[in-house]
Amino acid sequence: MDSTVTTGTEENVWGGGNQPLGVSYGKLMMWFFIVSDALTFSGFLAAYGFSRFKFADTWPIADEVFTHVPFFHGNYPMYYVAFMTFILIMSSVTMVLAVDAGHKLQRNKVTWYMFFTIIGGIIFVGSQAWEWKTFIKGDFGALETKGGRILQFVDANSGERLALKDFSETIPSERVNHERNKGIWYYGETALPSYSLNEVVQGVKANDNVLIRTEVINDEGHKTLLTREETIEKLNDAVLVVEGANLIRNEYGSRLFADFFFFITGFHGFHVVTGILINLIIFFNVLLGTYEKRGHYEMVEKVGLYWHFVDLVWVFVFTFFYLV
Amino acid sequence: MAHGHKLEIFRGLWKFKSNTQKIWGVLAFLTFITAIEVGLGIAKPRIFTHNYFLGMKLLNWIFIILTIVKAYYIAWDFMHLRDEKSSVRRAIVWTPVFLVSYLIFIMLFEADYIYNVYHSGFIKWNF
Repeated sequence: MDSTVTTGTEENVWGGGNQPLGVSYGKLMMWFFIVSDALTFSGFLAAYGFSRFKFADTWPIADEVFTHVPFFHGNYPMYYVAFMTFILIMSSVTMVLAVDAGHKLQRNKVTWYMFFTIIGGIIFVGSQAWEWKTFIKGDFGALETKGGRILQFVDANSGERLALKDFSETIPSERVNHERNKGIWYYGETALPSYSLNEVVQGVKANDNVLIRTEVINDEGHKTLLTREETIEKLNDAVLVVEGANLIRNEYGSRLFADFFFFITGFHGFHVVTGILINLIIFFNVLLGTYEKRGHYEMVEKVGLYWHFVDLVWVFVFTFFYLV
Repeated sequence: MAHGHKLEIFRGLWKFKSNTQKIWGVLAFLTFITAIEVGLGIAKPRIFTHNYFLGMKLLNWIFIILTIVKAYYIAWDFMHLRDEKSSVRRAIVWTPVFLVSYLIFIMLFEADYIYNVYHSGFIKWNF
C-alpha cells in the first residue's frame, strides 16, 4: 500500500513554488523568445535558400560583390566581413565576462565589460551601415536586358571587371532628369544613371577589349564570358543601365539577391541595434547600482542571452550570405 | 549561476581552471574556425569545389558543418546551456532543430523542382 501513502516530498512537488527546469521565470521567457526569433530567422534564411536554389546557376558570387575594405582600394573579398564577425564574437566574449563578473557581484568589472560590449555592437552596426552604403552605391555598373538579366563588363586583355566609366562614350543628348516641378506635379523620376544606354552601347562597340559577362555560372564556378561577336549581338537585348542596388534591381545579378541582402542583414542589424539599446539600459542600471541592491545580476545574464543570440544569428548569416 | 560551471570542452579534452579562462579558450577556438572558413573561402581548393556530396559542393558542406560547430560552442558556453539542466537544453535545442530541418527540406526540395522547370521547360528566361 506504499503508493497511497502521502509523503512529505510529494506535497512539495505539487505544492507550488518549484522550478523543475532550474531556470528562473525571466530567463526561461528569454529562452522562449530566442527560440521563436530563431525560427523567424530560419524562415528568412530558408526563403533565401529557396530563391537561391531556384536560380542556382545564375546567382551572384558573394566574393565578387563584397570586396571592399574601408580606407583601402582594391579587391579584398571577405576580409571585412570576417573582421565584423570577429568584432561581434569579441563583444559576445565581453558580455559573458560581464555575466561572469555579475555572478561574483563585482560591479566595477560588470560596468566595464558591459561598456566594451556596447562599443563592439556600435562598431558592428557602423560596419554594417558602411557595407550597405557600398552595396547601394555599386562600383562597376551593368546593363539589364529585356528579360531582366544583368550584363556586366570585363576587359578582354586583363580579365578585370570594367566600370561603365572606363569605356562609355559621352554623347550629348536632350534627356534630362524628369523632376516633379517640370510637368505634372505627381510625375517624376529618381536620378538618372551616369551614362545613358546609348552611351554605354556605343562605348562597347568602340572599344574592342570590352566583353560582356553574363549571369550564368560555368563548371569552373566562374561567370560566363561572351566572345566579342556575342557581346555585340547581346547589346541588342539591353534596355537599361543599372548602377548600384535598390529593392527593384541591382548591378550584381539576380534581383532577389539584393532584396534578401537588405532584408536579412537589415533584420539582423535591427536586432543588433535593439541589443545595444537594451545593453545601454542595463549598463546604466549597473552604474546606478540597481542590481547591487537587488543582490543579483540576473538581468545582465538575460540581456546577455539576447546578445549572444544576435551573434549566433550572424554566424549563420555570414555562412549563407558570404561563404556558401 | 555562480555554482556548477562545467569547465571542460571537447568532452573533457580541454579543461580550464576557471570560467573566465574557459571563455577565452572558446573565443580562441571560434576565431580559429572563422579563420579556417575565411581561408577556405578565399583559396577555394579544387578538391572541395569539384567534388559533390548529396548534390552540394564539399566546400559548402565544410562551411555548414563548421557553422554548426560554432553555433554549438556559442550556445553551450556563451549562453551557458552546458550548465543548464538537460530538460531545458533539450526543449530549447531540439524544437528548432526539428522544425528548421523540416522547413529546409521542403523549401529546398521545392526550389530544386522549380529550378528544373526553369531549366528544361519551354519558356525562355534569358532574353
